[in-house]
Amino acid sequence: MKPTLKQLGAAIAALLPLAATAQGEIDLAPYAPVTDARLANPEPGNWLQYRGNYAGWGYSPLEQIHSGNVGKLRLAWSMSTGQTEGHQAPPIVNNGYMYVTTPGAQVIALDAASGIELWRWKKELPSDLMQLHPTNRGVALYGDKVYVATVDAHLVALDARSGKVAWQVAVGDPKALQYITLAPLAAKGRIMVGSSGGETGVRGFVAAFDAATGKEAWRTYTTAAPGEPGGDTWPGESYKNGGGSIWITGSYDPATNLAYWGTGNPAPWPTEGRKGDNLYTTSAIALDVDTGAIKGHHQYHHNDAWDWDEVSAPVLIDTEVKGRKVKAAVHAGRNGYLWMLERQAGGKIGFIDAVPYVYNNVFKSIDPKTGRPSYDESHKPGMGKAVGFCPSLWGGKDWPPEAWNPKTGLFYIPANNNLCAELPEAEPTKYKKGDLYIGYPIEGVLGSLRYRDGKKPSTIGELQAWDLKTGKQVWVHKFDTPLWAPLLTTAGNLVFAGGTNDRKFRAFDAGTGKVLWETATPSGVTGVPTSFEVKGEQYVAVQSGWGVDAQRMQSGIDSLTGKPLAVAQGGTVMVFKLEK
Amino acid sequence: MSRSESPNLSCDCTAAAEVDRSRRRVIRIAVAGMAAPLAVASRPAAAAVNGDFLVEEDAEGAPVPLLATDLKPGRPVLAFPFDAQAGKRRDETRLNKIVLIRLPESEMSTATRERAAGGVVAYSAICTHQACDVKTWLSKEKALVCFCHSSKFALLNNGEVVGGPATRALPAVPLRLEGERLVIAGGFSADPGGNA
Repeated sequence: MKPTLKQLGAAIAALLPLAATAQGEIDLAPYAPVTDARLANPEPGNWLQYRGNYAGWGYSPLEQIHSGNVGKLRLAWSMSTGQTEGHQAPPIVNNGYMYVTTPGAQVIALDAASGIELWRWKKELPSDLMQLHPTNRGVALYGDKVYVATVDAHLVALDARSGKVAWQVAVGDPKALQYITLAPLAAKGRIMVGSSGGETGVRGFVAAFDAATGKEAWRTYTTAAPGEPGGDTWPGESYKNGGGSIWITGSYDPATNLAYWGTGNPAPWPTEGRKGDNLYTTSAIALDVDTGAIKGHHQYHHNDAWDWDEVSAPVLIDTEVKGRKVKAAVHAGRNGYLWMLERQAGGKIGFIDAVPYVYNNVFKSIDPKTGRPSYDESHKPGMGKAVGFCPSLWGGKDWPPEAWNPKTGLFYIPANNNLCAELPEAEPTKYKKGDLYIGYPIEGVLGSLRYRDGKKPSTIGELQAWDLKTGKQVWVHKFDTPLWAPLLTTAGNLVFAGGTNDRKFRAFDAGTGKVLWETATPSGVTGVPTSFEVKGEQYVAVQSGWGVDAQRMQSGIDSLTGKPLAVAQGGTVMVFKLEK
Repeated sequence: MSRSESPNLSCDCTAAAEVDRSRRRVIRIAVAGMAAPLAVASRPAAAAVNGDFLVEEDAEGAPVPLLATDLKPGRPVLAFPFDAQAGKRRDETRLNKIVLIRLPESEMSTATRERAAGGVVAYSAICTHQACDVKTWLSKEKALVCFCHSSKFALLNNGEVVGGPATRALPAVPLRLEGERLVIAGGFSADPGGNA
């Protein structure tokens, strides 16, 4: 029996600060608590965390919507978020309850099938808060709570049913320009987050908090201090403001209780004051979730000079690589190489292979045993010289996540190719709390983007599909604009992606790359798409809302073309289903 | 070093050294430390008061009021209002931060010229988009640009937006001279701060 709104009203009034009004009929079962077992083995109809599963796949096993009928995908409902700037968070769904976050430290809970708002929570941010990255990448669900980390460096636990604050803690100091943009990672009673701020001189860290109380359990810094393993890769006290920030949710292997995180660039950008490898920046690191201990690492490139944050966590895939069964950790690097790593016993991360997926003119070679690149020093910027290099500051792939489809056996990468950068001479720099810590003249950074051949290339964005067994690219769909597209792939032989400045959201044939469906949205789509099922009906959900680095790259392109292109801003939650 | 010395390029410059390398000193920002759990967000009111002097953002030691002659053409300086009566810098919130720059009076709009003193104009240094410090002068475009998201403001023309995502002009601050000393002649023309 469907309870009417009136009947429900009494039941939910005590729970919902904003009781659903005349929006329609809510038809939701009681909230189902999220357990470790459910996160480790999520039901196909739910999307319980940032990438759908702990392994970071961005894959939905649902197949009601498939490559044969996706042309009939229509908007089921949409809702304005009331915010501008970059809407990057996935709509996360647990048995019909949807949670989305937006810029401005806001969480909105919705009935996923109808779009009726259940509650809305927004943190009052300090009015003088400086937001270099005004965005948020989503919630974590655990138990009966919803966890969100905020741009003023707090971690907040909300009651999933009512939106009431259960607890909140300060994770970092916003006056030191520590801030958080990622969705927390929940596992084994811990809520894990890390600090953004590679351009503000933070010392990067991953920190874990007790899910029930908010008490800090451990904090592991990503720049090694003297006396610690890797501490000899930093001169003097340079590690203290050495960057290595954590921008993106880690992946997690429940079998070993290890969480894998990608780390950001070392700070400041010029290398002269931090000679050495600068561990554990621009790396993948494996952390023991009970203790926070670093059990293994792989540094994608040492002593970074290019702002090539390796922010995305490696995607955990058990696959065959060149005839051998491998517990792989796969990452499309900002440095433009596709990395095939191996999760080894005890947390060690081994190197298998790396191949360029976009043009890179910095790496001369990759050591076949260790994976360590050697550099063409003429493309390494720094003091006393203006230097060009490829790919650009935003790399072959910035933060938007890749996706893995176990049915097609393909790994999908949202790439930008044919873009390079030129940085002017570095300038002397010293850390100052509350200010940028970059080391290049600001005009030079803002105007750094270059075309690879000096003239506008025919294409820039590339949606690529790779066969991990062979290490070969299978197909590529090219765009004449940049591509800032977090990916969703499904068992229905589909890849969903937005990310272009024409405000479109598209579905591609996962086997061929052919566009099968597209729709215009109110703004540009840089949100992480998800898929879920309610009462036997499959939905695809995404946020439209252009901003942050997609807009920054567009500004760079605009400077080259001399023709500013304004992409409309303003956030919308959009949910699609098949036309009946 | 004394204020009158020439630029010292081995200074402890920050990434934003173009603000004026010659006088950058060790910063001393009011440090609130880490907010306590469940702390209520602070909402300090921004203030620039008629009669205030201006002192450099990162000056330490005894406050030295800025003189119009301290400003070099086209080189922004960040400052805080200084309450002369209370002997206190109004740095309890960074929303009080002011950017000063010397520009050609002949190129200023009438309203901007009326607020200027000795060729120096003053605006809120807090970007009206997302509240970053805005302090990089693009001499060719004649605009102040924000690093965070490239919003651009025409300081010759009332701080109006001429590029980027900001939608609101930089609030202006009228100045007058007492001798060579720069003195604030009235409050911000609008509330400083971003639109978050």
